[in-house]
Formats: sequence, C-alpha cells, structure tokens
Amino acid sequence: MTLTKEAPPAAPITRPKVRKPSTRKRLVPYWLLLPGILWLVVFFALPLVYQASTSVQTGSLEKGFEVTWHFQTYWDALKDYYPQFIRSLLYAGTATILCLLLGYPLAYLIAFKAGRWRNVVLVLVIAPFFTSFLIRTLAWKTILADGGAVVDVLNTLHVLDVTSWLGWTESNRVLATPMAVVCGLTYNFLPFMILPLYTSLERIDGRLHEAAGDLYATPATTFRKVTFPLSMPGVVSGTLLTFIPASGDYVNAELLGSTDTKMVGSVIQTQFLRVLDYPTAAALSFMLMAVVLIMVTVYIRRSGTEDLV
Amino acid sequence: MPVLRWIRRNLIVIAGLLTLAYMILPNVVVMVFSFNKPNGRFNYAWQRFSLDAWKDPCGVADMCGSLSLSLQIAAWATIGATVLGTMIAFALVRYRFRARGAINSLIFLPMAMPEVVMAASLLTLFLNMGAQLGFWTILIAHIMFCLSFVVTAVKARVMSMDPRLEEAARDLYAGPVQTFLRVTLPIAAPGIAAGALLAFALSFDDFIITNFNSGNTVTFPMFVWGSAQRGTPVQINVIGTAMFIIAVLVVVVGQLIANRRKNSAH
Repeated sequence: MTLTKEAPPAAPITRPKVRKPSTRKRLVPYWLLLPGILWLVVFFALPLVYQASTSVQTGSLEKGFEVTWHFQTYWDALKDYYPQFIRSLLYAGTATILCLLLGYPLAYLIAFKAGRWRNVVLVLVIAPFFTSFLIRTLAWKTILADGGAVVDVLNTLHVLDVTSWLGWTESNRVLATPMAVVCGLTYNFLPFMILPLYTSLERIDGRLHEAAGDLYATPATTFRKVTFPLSMPGVVSGTLLTFIPASGDYVNAELLGSTDTKMVGSVIQTQFLRVLDYPTAAALSFMLMAVVLIMVTVYIRRSGTEDLV
Repeated sequence: MPVLRWIRRNLIVIAGLLTLAYMILPNVVVMVFSFNKPNGRFNYAWQRFSLDAWKDPCGVADMCGSLSLSLQIAAWATIGATVLGTMIAFALVRYRFRARGAINSLIFLPMAMPEVVMAASLLTLFLNMGAQLGFWTILIAHIMFCLSFVVTAVKARVMSMDPRLEEAARDLYAGPVQTFLRVTLPIAAPGIAAGALLAFALSFDDFIITNFNSGNTVTFPMFVWGSAQRGTPVQINVIGTAMFIIAVLVVVVGQLIANRRKNSAH
C-alpha cells in the first residue's frame, strides 16, 4: 500500500502521452498488418483478378492469349461440363450430410460421455491427420477392393442390391462407383465436422440437461429443444468446413472413382495442367467459386449466424 | 430383451465409437500393409509378412528426397505464416482502426474457397508473370493458404488474454520490448504454437495447391499421387505409419508437459 503514495508524481508526466498517441504509435497496427495483408493481396486477391481476365481471353498457347471479352467460354464450359458440376455439388452435399450424421454422435460422446477418456478420443480424432491424407485415401482402395471383406459383407446383407438399384454401386463392385467417392469424401472431411461440433457442444452447461430432465423432457426432447439448437454454431461451421473443400476436391474422385464419377475439380485440373486450355479452366474455376460463395452466403443468412462473414 | 435395452440406452456411445472406428480403419490398414511383401507393383492385396520395407525405408528412388523437400517447405511455410499471421492477429485484436472489417473478410475468404480455385488462380498469376514454377512458388502458395489459419488460432488466444497483465508490467517500469517478450509473448505462446502446428500439418500434407504450382518439383504428396498410378511401394506405408506414431507421441508428450505444469502451478 505504500506504493500508491509514491505513484502520483509520475502520473502528470505520462498521462498526456497516453491520451494523445503520437503518429508513430497510431501507425503501429498498420505496420503489423502490412506484410501479411500484402501477401494475401498479391498472392490471393490479385490471382483471382488474373483468373477472371484469363476466363475471357481467347487464343492458343503458341500465339499467346488476349483479352477479347469472350463470355462464350462460360457458356461452352457449362454446356460441356454441367454433369461434373452437378455431380460435385451432389457428392459434396451427400458427404456433408453423412459427416454430420456420423460426426455428431462422436462429438457428443467426446463432449459429454468420454469422461477421463476425452483426451484419448480427441487424439484419435486428430492423429490420423498426420498420416498423409493421400496415403489414407489409397488405403480405402484396399478396404473397398473387389472381393474384399467389406464388399462381401455388404453383398451378404444384400445392401449392394439396393445401392446398385439406386445407382450408387455397380453390381458387386464398390470401388470405382459413386459410393466409393462419397465414402472417401466423408472420411477425409469428418475431422473438419467433428472438431467445431465438439467445441460448440463442450460449451453447453450440463445443468441445462438436468433442468430439461427436471421439467419432464425425455432425452429425445432435450436433444431436440436444448442440445441441438445450442450446438448450431458448430453445425454451421462444420458443414461449411466440409462442403467447401469437398466441392472442389478431385483426389477422391480420381483415386477411388472412375471416369463416370469425375468431379469439377478433375476437369479444372485436366484443362489447366494437361490440355492447357486456360480460358475454359479459369471459367470453370470462377463458376465453382461463385456457386460456392453464393450457397455459403445464403446458408449463413438462413442459419442466422452472420458473425462468420 | 436386456441386450436391446442396453443398446438403446447406449446408442450415442455405440454410434460414436463406430465413427471412430471408421476414422481409424485406414490408419490400421496403412500400418498392417507396411509389413506386407507384395507380389507386383501394387500394394493393395495382402501377400505375406515381411520387415523389408521397415529395414530400408529409403529404398525407393526419389521418395526420401521428396520427403525431405516437403519437410523443408513445411518448415519455411510455418515460419513465414506464423510470423505474418501473429502480427495480423495482434493488430486485429489490440487495435481499432479503419478497414478492420475488410481485413477480416480478406482473412476469412481463403478458408471459404475451394482449394482448386486458389490453386488455379495462383497458377494464372505465375504464368502471367512468367515465374519459374518450383520451390519458391510452392513456398509462396503455402504461406498464403496457411496464413488465415494461423491468424484464426492466434486471435482466439489473444482475445482471451487480460490486457491488465501488460498494464501491470508497464506499471512496474518494463519497457515496451520487455513487456512484449516477458509478458505478452509467453501468454500468447500456446495460440501461436497451435497456429504453427496447424500450418506445418497443412503445408506438409497439401496436394491440390502444390499440384498446380510445383512445375516439375516433387513433394511427398506429389510422390504418393504419382505412385498411385505407377504402383505404390510398401515404403509409403512405412512413412505413413511412422508419421502417425510420431504425431501421437508428440501429442502425448505435450499433454504430459501441460499436466505437469498445471500440477506444479497449484
């Protein structure tokens, strides 16, 4: 307490400085931001502008490309590749729903039921991340192989009859069918669903569950009226983190699928790196970005958590 | 039926454990097949047990070279993204200034865009500039897409920091540099470490953006991708298994250290 008595003499000297920050001090945040933001502007924003310009160019690799405002490219690309486009959104959407259905119980388990096993389960969720995802995706080739255990079991249970009828699989095959691609997509993006779900579930006060029970709510009602609504932020960010990367992915479609399961990412990759038809590739990529951004914006508005954007 | 009743009561736990099994299964397969001795070029069917691949993990041409290249790129990308990202995070949390909203969106957008779009647009930039694709273009791309994740991780930590601790340091006559090094940085360290770890994992494992911007340079994911067509050597499974084990060890050791610190603090 003796310190406070000595403090006042210093105050008159320092106070005015704090109230009126010097120009140098006011510039501090800008200096902090400059290098990183410059990096993002030059290597993220500027490339998008270049891509927009590339998409309306015509020409060839030998003669060079020129901006001719040739919007026809968009129409042609859409006409040629709309199946891949629709397929991408369909597969990504299905994988997202499956991720939510599979991920929710696990996130719930970690948040409320795991007890002292919580950290162990969390490690098991995150650790697969560290084995290269390409290696893990290739492992699905072994798991879903023709005549393998999984296919045999599904066959015995007549599941494959149903899925073949629905067009998800082909006769006795799972590999190289839509089901394999969706299975791979679901697998690859599950952690992106589970972690945000877990974070939002963990924040829920356990006493709310008790209160709901005291008010004669059944466990199902408690879930529907209390737990699920409170976990909405996790559901929203989880579905976004799954759907967005899945819609542009082409690794699963290439490794686990066939030519009939190609997604728009594969087309962009082939056009850009092998066919070297830059305008078409740029137009497709631009359309994918537009579709995803529009869907995301609408979705965020609808779900009412606008603080994300 | 007591069994059915038990299943009904523990439905969530059972469903959760099944999901966990679905997530772990490929890792188990990778591990098991690292002990396989395949007949042909492809390591998809079990033949017989062998330790060959473990005894000679670098026995495949170019594989370990690509691995060390990936580690180098990941290390530099982590340093770059962590430094730049931490600076941005501090600016966003600690200062009020104009254009804050715009900058927040610029940080958010790379995370809300399919990777293939970023990859393709970056390639158009490099092609237009006539840049030589290789190590540097990969590094630039990796720092770009890791940056947002680092900012998010560090921001979360800095936001929960009590600014009064820094005021207290200043009241005790610590200079700005001293305050930053002795107070601010240690408190923010877990967030920065999380961001750095995330950046390293993202960079090391990235395939799509690297595929577009690497030219003829082969990183480890590129090597695995190529091998899927040419025939996957067993050594790839060895590397995958080793990575998994190292990751688990790092997490376990980290937990132990954190626990010990917590115990000694009380």
